[in-house]
Amino acid sequence: MEFDLHMALVILAAAAATFATRIGGYILITRMKSIPPRMEAALNAVPAAVLTTLVAPAFFIGGWESKLALIVALFIGLRFTHTWMLVAAWIVVMTWRHTIGA
Amino acid sequence: MNRADFVEGLRGGSAVALASAPFGALFGALAVENGMSLSEAAFMSATVYAGASQMVGIELFGHNVHAWLIVLSILAVNFRHVLYSAALARYIGHFTPVQKFFTFFLLVDPQFAEAVKRGESGRQLTFAWYLGFGIIIYIPWVLISIAGGMLGGFIGDPKAVGLDILLPAYFLGIVLGFRKRDNFLPVALVSAVASVLAYRYVGSPWHVSLGAAVGILLAAVLPLPPQEADLEADAIQSEVHEV
Repeated sequence: MEFDLHMALVILAAAAATFATRIGGYILITRMKSIPPRMEAALNAVPAAVLTTLVAPAFFIGGWESKLALIVALFIGLRFTHTWMLVAAWIVVMTWRHTIGA
Repeated sequence: MNRADFVEGLRGGSAVALASAPFGALFGALAVENGMSLSEAAFMSATVYAGASQMVGIELFGHNVHAWLIVLSILAVNFRHVLYSAALARYIGHFTPVQKFFTFFLLVDPQFAEAVKRGESGRQLTFAWYLGFGIIIYIPWVLISIAGGMLGGFIGDPKAVGLDILLPAYFLGIVLGFRKRDNFLPVALVSAVASVLAYRYVGSPWHVSLGAAVGILLAAVLPLPPQEADLEADAIQSEVHEV
């Protein structure tokens, strides 16, 4: 259960970097008097654009069971809550891996 | 401090806490597997507090990568938070500086999604609600990282128990919550293609920043919608409720 000083410093630097990203946009935007419409359109696109980049490569590199699971989750998500998406994706992956094999 | 708002925040955040618990446990388990001590893993969860980048961090720790490269990779994975804090600015002007400090410290993906949703619904985004929503995710996240580190040996291969699919499925759910926004489909498609190409040819974690940049640029150059942008408020309201 040792606490390595070097490791702790790297973690602290990572934490500082993360906090900088979490306050940086606010500082930038409040320096500007008003938000131009195109910038507003860009800001509105931020969540979808960013979160998509966390899904698409996972779909791309995942095995067929992962691809199928994400497609099923997508359709579930159009009608039901996120929890059901997770449950459906998990069931597809587990069923595939324990019947067809990974 | 509005007590009702705080409790409402706690209630909303608890669904996220529950959904993120497996990832907290997974982080703890993988961190210990990659040579971190329990206290270091807990320290990382408590200070960095950003799931995906914590995962990236421990993966790099395991490969004896230079410290600056680890920090840079975490910066790249979390670069999206620059845009979150920019987008959140219009709703938190009334917070005190200390409140803003905690607001930004706790600004994880679902926190952002729910805070914007609440701001756009027309109700004031109160710090009481935000703090309630945030700490009910933060505290379990740190505790469950520790539990995961202790139980790590029992999890074994995350793939064998299907844990690997939960993170992308979880992010997919959040993406879908924004599907009624202007230009959602072109933005999502372009970001998807760009991120896969970047993943393939530039490498992780740059696919996050590069893919997102392409989608956001596209939104900036597409024709602007007619001025009744408030349609969007009810669009987002319908989703992003659980998780």
